[in-house]
Amino acid sequence: MKHIDEYRDEKVISGMASTISRRKAAKPLKFMHVCGTHENAIARFGLRALLPEWIRIIAGPGCPVCICPTEDIDLASQIALEKKAAIVTFGDMMKVPATDGSLFDVKSSGGKIHVVYSPSDAVSMARENPYEEICFFGVGFETTAAPVAAAILSRPPDNFSMISSHRIIPPALELLLNRDDVAIDGFILPGHVTTVMGYSEYEDFPKKYGKGVAIAGFEPADVLLAILNLVEQVIEKDYKVFNCYRRSVTREGNRLAREAIQNVFEISDSRWRGIGIIKNSGLKLRTEFQKYDAVKKFQLRKEKESIDLNPGCLCHLIMIGKIEPPECPMFGKRCTPEFPYGPCMVSSEGTCRLHHGL
Amino acid sequence: MCLGIPMKVVKIEENLGIVETGGVKRRIFLDLIDDVKEGDYVIVHAGYAIHRIDEKEAQENLDLIRQYLSATELS
Ligand code: SF4
Repeated sequence: MKHIDEYRDEKVISGMASTISRRKAAKPLKFMHVCGTHENAIARFGLRALLPEWIRIIAGPGCPVCICPTEDIDLASQIALEKKAAIVTFGDMMKVPATDGSLFDVKSSGGKIHVVYSPSDAVSMARENPYEEICFFGVGFETTAAPVAAAILSRPPDNFSMISSHRIIPPALELLLNRDDVAIDGFILPGHVTTVMGYSEYEDFPKKYGKGVAIAGFEPADVLLAILNLVEQVIEKDYKVFNCYRRSVTREGNRLAREAIQNVFEISDSRWRGIGIIKNSGLKLRTEFQKYDAVKKFQLRKEKESIDLNPGCLCHLIMIGKIEPPECPMFGKRCTPEFPYGPCMVSSEGTCRLHHGL
Repeated sequence: MCLGIPMKVVKIEENLGIVETGGVKRRIFLDLIDDVKEGDYVIVHAGYAIHRIDEKEAQENLDLIRQYLSATELS
């Protein structure tokens, strides 16, 4: 298939892997990616096994389902059960554990929960069912915020509302760069977030933090190219933002998508599950679109504190790359893809789930 | 949520497109990209095309991989 097979070519992949192995950095290196789709590609193509033992690739807070705070899932449950509105969301949200169970449990108790592939499907549902309240539960980073913004700009009817649990990536990276307990030698940036936003906002990072940044696509050659480039940057001590995903990413990003996000959302301080509140890291609806804000519409009041992590779950350490899944005592025992105990075991982008096997 | 696979645009009607990859067809929205034509490849996320793959950029990407391989192999 065009634009895919070229990047799965075995000769290219083994050539790159051996080039990486022949380079020698002065110390072991640890690179972090912040994208569930990267973790998925790394696991699916077995890329870790191709790398020399002095390179470790760890997953950061890049799974949007995993970092969605429990309070938002609790809110969605409350809307479904008390307000009898239909909650419409992405399939990955269904099994995520929340304070009183998952959305799947809400559905079993009679709540209306529908899974869609696109926010536009939620808008169509609202148009087709004018007497029913349809509430879209939107999670995801910039890449998802753009389609959601486009759907809002299509002016959904009054029986449509949404919970915006969207997050943006740069503040999370800064937070990690400012911690000294997570020593990272470079970042692999998420290809599709950068497709939407461009990479100009990362250009300060290499100077400010002395770390390399490489933007990667999702095929094996893309990820290896980014690793190869980061190794070079460390060896040369010449840190920069390097675009390895030129068929999709430009410095400015996608103008229409950025405008849609800016027109619909404004930046807010937001909670990341397992990490806490990160300043300026979330997107909430602008004043003009408040009529779609589900919290206002249903006048919801928080009845009890939400619990982000079940006792013993180490997702907070997984999400900042401090430990790897097998180090959690629950991994594969109390916590499995069938019966996830923590959020990182749910989605096909979650680090624990991917370590457990697809 | 996002597998990042390029899909070929086989049909366009206003802001709607039909895209195809490996025999799977899907209906998507084209609101977030400019100048798309039938036959183009796009990257789709949550039902919307978020990028149109330009042939020049695609070639540059492959050249980058080749350059990298040959330069590092020689050194
Ligand atoms: S194995 Fe389960 S409980 Fe442990 S960190 Fe991962 S998701 Fe949380």
